[in-house]
Amino acid sequence: MTTNSKGLKAWLTAEDTESPTQAAIQNIWMIWRRFADNPLGLLGLGIILLLVFAAIFVPWIATYSPFEQNLQSALRPPGGAHLLGTDELGRDIFSRILWGSRITLSIIVIVSIIVAPIGMLVGCFAGYYGGWLDTILMRITELFLSFPSLILALAFVAALGPSLENAVIAIALTQWPPIARLARAESLSLRHRDHISAVRLMGASNLRIVLSHIVPLCIPSVVVRITLNMAGIILTAAGLGFLGLGAQPPTPEWGAMVSTGRRFMLDSWWVVSMPGIAILTVSLAFNLAGDALRDALDPRQE
Amino acid sequence: MSHATDNAVRASGRRLNWRRYSRWSTTLASVATTLALLVVLTFVIGRLMPVDPVIAVVGADADRATYLKVQQELGLDQPLYRQFVIFVGQLFRGDFGTTLLTGRPVMDDIVRVLPATIELATVTIILGAGIGIPLGVFAAVNRGRAADHVVRLIALLGHSTPIFWIGMVGLMVFYAKLGWVGGSGRVDIYYEGMTDEKTGFLLLDSLLAGDMDVFWSAVSHIILPASVLAYSKIAYLSRITRSFMLEQLHQEYVTTARAKGVSARNVVWKHAFKNIRVQLVTVVALSYGGMLEGAVLIETVFGWPGFGQYLTNALVIGDMNVVVACTLIIGCVFITLNLISDLLYKFFDPRIK
Repeated sequence: MTTNSKGLKAWLTAEDTESPTQAAIQNIWMIWRRFADNPLGLLGLGIILLLVFAAIFVPWIATYSPFEQNLQSALRPPGGAHLLGTDELGRDIFSRILWGSRITLSIIVIVSIIVAPIGMLVGCFAGYYGGWLDTILMRITELFLSFPSLILALAFVAALGPSLENAVIAIALTQWPPIARLARAESLSLRHRDHISAVRLMGASNLRIVLSHIVPLCIPSVVVRITLNMAGIILTAAGLGFLGLGAQPPTPEWGAMVSTGRRFMLDSWWVVSMPGIAILTVSLAFNLAGDALRDALDPRQE
Repeated sequence: MSHATDNAVRASGRRLNWRRYSRWSTTLASVATTLALLVVLTFVIGRLMPVDPVIAVVGADADRATYLKVQQELGLDQPLYRQFVIFVGQLFRGDFGTTLLTGRPVMDDIVRVLPATIELATVTIILGAGIGIPLGVFAAVNRGRAADHVVRLIALLGHSTPIFWIGMVGLMVFYAKLGWVGGSGRVDIYYEGMTDEKTGFLLLDSLLAGDMDVFWSAVSHIILPASVLAYSKIAYLSRITRSFMLEQLHQEYVTTARAKGVSARNVVWKHAFKNIRVQLVTVVALSYGGMLEGAVLIETVFGWPGFGQYLTNALVIGDMNVVVACTLIIGCVFITLNLISDLLYKFFDPRIK
């Protein structure tokens, strides 16, 4: 009631909160304040927002079609009508990189959507039930963890057949284990908490306890973990594309673009350099933002 | 009285032995389960394949009889569990089948290509640890100052750079433009095959043969891929060294040493660094194995005839015997490295005893 008179700022920093919602929003506000103190983190966030913006509005920003070939203007250096030059088929590299942002973003989003629930369910059930279920699930998790993620993704893509969809599935298969381990550690510490015992005494089933009382509490740390993994997802996807096992040409996926530009790199440096810079910028942005987010959530760490 | 104490001591000794024994058996059992699961996983990967392996051998227009015959020869007419038993049996004999293209045993090929990768990985880890660890110590000592931020930025860039791309940029700049280093392959083409293969490590072989031209050519070829791979190692090792060092520098013994008037340099290197050596050895050992991952991409870029290129070629043509064998080997390498680093920890850290 008093919020409007004292303004938003006061409501966000009030010592005694009036509702759980206010407390939650205050908490987010505090995290944001700490995050905003980190200029590199803000830079990363800015780049990510720019990427999202670009991905949404490509059709209006891109100056050329990503597939339109024009052999007469093949391998033009950057400048003039082609901001970042053209590739061996005369396609505008700037436009292709812009369209590629949609692919990169969808890979990140789809992998995260697949990985978060799987990792969380495996981890929470293993941690809550313990015993043989824990042993089996954690053995499997450790097996996946013992592989370098690119190698495992490569093996799966080779088995499933090279395509963008299979690359996404393969990356997802390599990304759930760290999340499962994290969720297990969280639920191990949660399962003897008072509020869980209280719910149990009220007669809630184990399934209900895990799904509606343990999983929600694991979400924040899982979100941070996934943000930190995003740079790795981008690099793995680009690596698969580069090896010809991810997105297939003529799809403007950045890794595949680097790969096709390889034959011309000695004479036309921009064909390889530009998509590479795009990969580097975006994965650096996610690393910067992820680092800042972790620091903001856990002020004890330096 | 003394008899009783004696018995108690003996009993506790026996209990200690038993505890140690049971801890060992738990470790062994967990390693054995992981290995067993690894075998199952690679079997599944091998059977997921999109192409019918029989058609890959006989061709699409073979008649039914030939098809069935080959299917039988490959053991693919058997039910899945039988196939699995046969697969495990072959593994125990060290038999990974033959390659699709050349028909040579996969195991022979792997033994042939492995030295090139080990050589590359060794040079990389020497560069990576030699630069990354001092950099991490430096960052920890200067915590919060400009130097620390610079090291952090170097590390972040290393984590964010696509390794295949930086390799190509390196080739464009240092090979094509400046001519400072060699290009593709392990040596210049006219030195190829000139040195007797004793160890398979070209740097070592050419030195042993006293062939300095070949040696320097090999050095100029290995330095760029090794530096590119080392950059990601530097990024990783400097961060982890920094956090290990910070943990030590906060301890009371460091304050005591400083209060006693030990010089700043000795506090850092003789006291704090000494205590993180074991942790560092295990981390370096694990990242030595992690090189197999970077090798897949870097060997493709540099035409390096090693394990990574072998695996990549197999992946592109869908040669599943090779893929399965390589995955299995990489898995085994990592499980072994994990085990070794565990054991090193137990062996060197008196607190764990």
